[in-house]
Amino acid sequence: MLCKIMMKEKRQILIFALFALIILLVPLFLKGNYFLNVLVFIGINTLLAVALNLLLGYAGQISLGHAAFFGLGAYVSGILTTRFPVDPWLSLLIAAACAATLAFVIGFPILKLKGHYLAMATLGFGIIMYIFFNETVDWTGGPSGLSGIPNLRLGPVIFDNDLNNYYLVWIITLGVMLLSINLSQSRIGRALRAINDSEVAARVMGVNARILKVQIFTVSAFVSAIAGSLYAHTMTFISPTSFGFNFSVELLTMIIIGGLGSIYGSFLGAAILTMLPEFLRVFRDFDIVIYGLMLILITMFMPSGLIGGLEALFKIIAGKIKWSAARNV
Amino acid sequence: MFKVEGITQIFGGLTALEDVSFSVAPRSITGIIGPNGAGKTTLFNIVTGLYTQTKGQVYLGGKNISFFEPEILARLGLVRTFQNVELFGQMSVLENVMVGLHTKSKSGIFSCAFKLPGQIKEEKIVRIKAQQWLEFTGLADSADVAACNLPFGKGRLLEISRAMAVEPQIILMDEPAAGLNSRETAGLAELIRKIQALGTTIILVEHDMELVMDVCESIVVLNLGKKLAHGTPREIQENKAVIAAYLGED
Ligand SMILES: Nc1ncnc2c1ncn2[C@@H]1O[C@H](COP(=O)(O)OP(=O)(O)OP(=O)(O)O)[C@@H](O)[C@H]1O
Ligand SMILES: [Mg+2]
Repeated sequence: MLCKIMMKEKRQILIFALFALIILLVPLFLKGNYFLNVLVFIGINTLLAVALNLLLGYAGQISLGHAAFFGLGAYVSGILTTRFPVDPWLSLLIAAACAATLAFVIGFPILKLKGHYLAMATLGFGIIMYIFFNETVDWTGGPSGLSGIPNLRLGPVIFDNDLNNYYLVWIITLGVMLLSINLSQSRIGRALRAINDSEVAARVMGVNARILKVQIFTVSAFVSAIAGSLYAHTMTFISPTSFGFNFSVELLTMIIIGGLGSIYGSFLGAAILTMLPEFLRVFRDFDIVIYGLMLILITMFMPSGLIGGLEALFKIIAGKIKWSAARNV
Repeated sequence: MFKVEGITQIFGGLTALEDVSFSVAPRSITGIIGPNGAGKTTLFNIVTGLYTQTKGQVYLGGKNISFFEPEILARLGLVRTFQNVELFGQMSVLENVMVGLHTKSKSGIFSCAFKLPGQIKEEKIVRIKAQQWLEFTGLADSADVAACNLPFGKGRLLEISRAMAVEPQIILMDEPAAGLNSRETAGLAELIRKIQALGTTIILVEHDMELVMDVCESIVVLNLGKKLAHGTPREIQENKAVIAAYLGED
């Protein structure tokens, strides 16, 4: 029994190591700089998808306003570094702390709500924040955006080109992925999944659901704001359109397509939704329609997302191989 | 000692419980019986902090626990099982029991995410303890099965295993024999006695009279939200009001 669990743990470490290795080696095979740029965005979106998955996939609490935390991270970082002489790294930390504090404060009243009511409350929060980004023109530059945001730097390395940005974003994203995988296998991860399956039973078993939901909401906002800050410092320009309702829906689509509760699913969903518009022109005009269609199809035919579908496929293939191996003996 | 005093619960215009009082001796097995809609589950919901009663008090070991939250009550050693099995369906049987051990460990989000040494140690202990509870209830063979794929009878056992993992002073079981076949019910009776032998107080809501008369030392009868009788199985079987209530129901 214990031995089996240890093997499962070893396999998980191996899978992660392999995934990380591939991610870190990819730039060596990519000479075309353009695609590397797409991969930077996939990294940022993966980070966001993982953050939302902690909340929705693990704890089962929906957010239709997560783009707001992303935006808050971007704007706090952008404003601090353009209007004040704050170091970009410090601004990244302050931005994440701001988003976490805000999430903690609004989390207590909001997360008391369930289902549709929670969806509506988070939607409202997202809209309010979007209005803030647009209307506080003196600070955010309003609809015309905020430009001249400095790049992050580490000693002699300046993160101002795609290759450097790739490693900057992906090392942080891989780190957060690993931490999230650890979390899901732990006491807290189990408690979160228990809340997702039956909040009443979880509470009767002694899980403090109210506090735990606020905690994971706070962590999720913290990570989303880091993504926002990275976005601001790599793009050097931000405007409100990146942080509106459409993007909140896009994030939701990513994790539902990839697989709720799956960290690799978050990557898969983020990769697909980031690449599609790059390759399919139609996507740009009808994005929200196509997201809607994808959501309907996936929830109808693949409720555990693409990663669930892939796992099932893999099991069938593995079963076939075992079967034919047994026949050959 | 466990005691409820003057519990009244009014839902809108419906009085689901009216002035119900009784006490339960430590380490005893008490049955609560009564026709459908008598208010048995409502009483459990009040005692475990899921409903807020209109009136009345609940005491555990001399402490007034009337308006405590379920998660606090679990830490005080009061747990329950559910009439409509409430398992964590997506999790394995072992993991379900590990959630029952939540109050026995204390690693927070940070130490779990970073796998700090204390957390790894704690996780090992929790896993071993969960395994032991599955052996106690006879579910060890199903440890890796997803709870939603468990046959109904085993699901009921898992509810009990998970609740016992909390190491409660008192466990409230809501119709644990419902949907079980006669062999499974016999196993349940044995398990209930084993739980009592651990020093746990048991309150059992059940429609299976054979089981109730067999294991319970004292029985409370509820009818239409009121306490009709309280006594030994023999006294209850001979009680005219109880017989009338049950005959009247059919
Ligand atoms: N949350 C609620 N809101 C309104 N009415 C309720 C609620 N919960 C229970 N009731 C009502 O209270 C009464 C008692 O219900 P309860 O579930 O406690 O009965 P029970 O004794 O457990 O019955 P059974 O043997 O069928 O499980 C019923 O009339 C029920 O409809
Ligand atoms: Mg009931």
